[in-house]
Amino acid sequence: MDTLAPPDNRPANLEHGGPGTQAPAAPGPAAERRVRIRQVTMEGVCTLVGAALGGIALTWVLYQRILPTSGAVGFWLCGYVTFLCLYALAGVVQWEPRDVANRLVGVLLVSAGLLVIAVVADQIGYTAVRGYPALHHLNFFTDTMALAGPLDPLTSGGMIHALVGSLEQMGIATVFSVPLGVLCALFLVEVGGPLARPVRTIVEAMTALPEIIAGLFIYAFLILSLGVGASGFAAAVALTVMMIPIVTRTAEVILRLVPSGLREASYALGGSQIRTVLNVVLPTARSGLATAVILAMARAVGETSPVLLTAGFTKDLNANPFSGPQTSLPLYIWNYVRYPQPAMVSRAFGAALALMVMVLLLFALARLIGGKAPGELTRRQRRQLRRAREADQLVRSDREAGDRSLALELTGADRGADAQ
Amino acid sequence: MTVEFVNPSGAGRHAADAGVVDGIGGLRPADPAPPDVTAELPGGPVPGSPPPVDVTAQWPGGSVPPDRPLVGLESRDVSAWFGTHKVLERVSLRMRPGEVTALIGPSGCGKSTYLRILNRMHEMVRGASLAGEVLLDGQDIYRPDRQPAQVRRRIGMVFQKPNPFPAMSIYDNVASGLKLAGIKVANKDALVETSLRRAGLWNEVRSRLRAPGGALSGGQQQRLCIARSLAVSPDVLLMDEPCSALDPTSTRRVEDTIAELQGQVTIVIVTHNMQQAARVSQSCAFFLATHDTPGHIVEAGQTRGIFEDPQDSRTADYVHGRFG
Repeated sequence: MDTLAPPDNRPANLEHGGPGTQAPAAPGPAAERRVRIRQVTMEGVCTLVGAALGGIALTWVLYQRILPTSGAVGFWLCGYVTFLCLYALAGVVQWEPRDVANRLVGVLLVSAGLLVIAVVADQIGYTAVRGYPALHHLNFFTDTMALAGPLDPLTSGGMIHALVGSLEQMGIATVFSVPLGVLCALFLVEVGGPLARPVRTIVEAMTALPEIIAGLFIYAFLILSLGVGASGFAAAVALTVMMIPIVTRTAEVILRLVPSGLREASYALGGSQIRTVLNVVLPTARSGLATAVILAMARAVGETSPVLLTAGFTKDLNANPFSGPQTSLPLYIWNYVRYPQPAMVSRAFGAALALMVMVLLLFALARLIGGKAPGELTRRQRRQLRRAREADQLVRSDREAGDRSLALELTGADRGADAQ
Repeated sequence: MTVEFVNPSGAGRHAADAGVVDGIGGLRPADPAPPDVTAELPGGPVPGSPPPVDVTAQWPGGSVPPDRPLVGLESRDVSAWFGTHKVLERVSLRMRPGEVTALIGPSGCGKSTYLRILNRMHEMVRGASLAGEVLLDGQDIYRPDRQPAQVRRRIGMVFQKPNPFPAMSIYDNVASGLKLAGIKVANKDALVETSLRRAGLWNEVRSRLRAPGGALSGGQQQRLCIARSLAVSPDVLLMDEPCSALDPTSTRRVEDTIAELQGQVTIVIVTHNMQQAARVSQSCAFFLATHDTPGHIVEAGQTRGIFEDPQDSRTADYVHGRFG
């Protein structure tokens, strides 16, 4: 009956039983040959490669030599279409029509995937290459731009002030938006009622709100009307406006995933709604909610336009978000990439790479937290569990000795009571 | 053999038991004068019922329930609707204190709806309404001044699908009822142990009380849910097809648990399995609904009578497996 199997005890080779990992305990006849389901045949590969080569060659002849057309994009587009046609033609003569359609769709999907990967890799690679001159000077991470002019070499100046600004603004925006967003999601899921529908509609509309509107709103409301002044705080409030709908939408989805059976169980135990939410719903959804928050943070840290109107711009390190302008990474990039001097552009690209790394880290964190099922323990919790168990064992073995005599007395006493 | 779980107060077993009684009993609204059911059923098995499992073997403290009067449940003319669709028609049934009452009948005949009416879970469905009254200890649980949470604390429920709280350990699952209902107990460890013992799960989980509740097998999870319900010491335990998601071995363990609880708690169990109804229950009610009549009780009475000598031909057909 003992079925408790911690996930890490599972034999590792069960998951990826490739041809290399064969069951060790297989005496008797020679190991079986595994059936190969998806076979790559020579003719399949040749058809694909041949069609690709033929397509490009034909396009080169027609596009470059015969037709009055030119341009790289057009060439590759026409080449791809020609390749597909040739591939279909070559397929029809050797395979069934349904098989041809299958393979054709397969080729389309694979090339779409490759295209997306290529675009992302190109973006990151381009940023890295352009930003490298700035990045390999340590002062880029420790200096501000206060003493560095446009003509100064990359050995002076840096982005520490923008990094500090970004982190502070993101922190403040998170502190504001997470409670509001999660509470709003709780209202939508747990309370509901006739008001839920308009609220959900507004939240959805806010998700699609152009970011510059958020910036304009805070600019008009905080800076012009209340006279707060362009500052990190104003920028954080603008980012909050951006983050609330994201947090709300994701948290709503996560909270809906909590099985209703758990809520029922809680109510059946005599729990009130607030206790059910606090003790059952939120703990069950905790890792998903953390993911929601981190994804919203990753989104906010890269926003430029809300910050553009509200944060002001400075070359100095301003660690106080409540007074004076404060630069953040997107603002830094936006400002310096427009300079004609290559050193400035390099700095902008370096900051862009730093921003991407930051977003990547946040995403990795989200995966790390969100990939865990509720009840699954972290390494630290497992350690605590083991310690607690050991403590229990000690107490128990201490008691067991003394307990036996007590139990004898007790059962005797109870028998006496029963007899009465 | 007995094992004392961590007992911070250092007191012995007597103190532990007293803690359970005080902790929960103190929170119950003071009922004027509970009907004198104790005289009729002094915590022992109902005459004529199958011999109960020897609880003393597992529980050195003798008969488990602290000396509390057993409480019965009665429904009078209960009808129920979902929107305009009537699903139950004037169901009147007495569930005797300390007995196991089985509700049987084909799917869709309103058994589960009826069960959910008994602890005010029915009203949580949107568009659901009902008529009639449900008397716990002679008092209507649908009286306007009664809080649903208070009612549910006295009438616990075990669901078809085991639903332990995944974010809590086994220990916390059992203690969750206290936390959810805002009950303070002097000796929580003792209460957890008592509840797990009563649910017949203690020996299987005693060494891993801090493991997550979701890591147990289906049958163990269901008994964990039973233990969780027992921890708030309800007067009545409702079970909605508790074994339908379980394999035969686990089913037997849960049935053993029910047999042990009989005489300690009033149990109402919905089941599709007629052998199960015959095995675990003393009383039985046969529900039936046709396409133009809402669910109603065709026949109710002693289980033996229903199965061996049914008065209604439809009951006979159903219990002999000729339809349903």
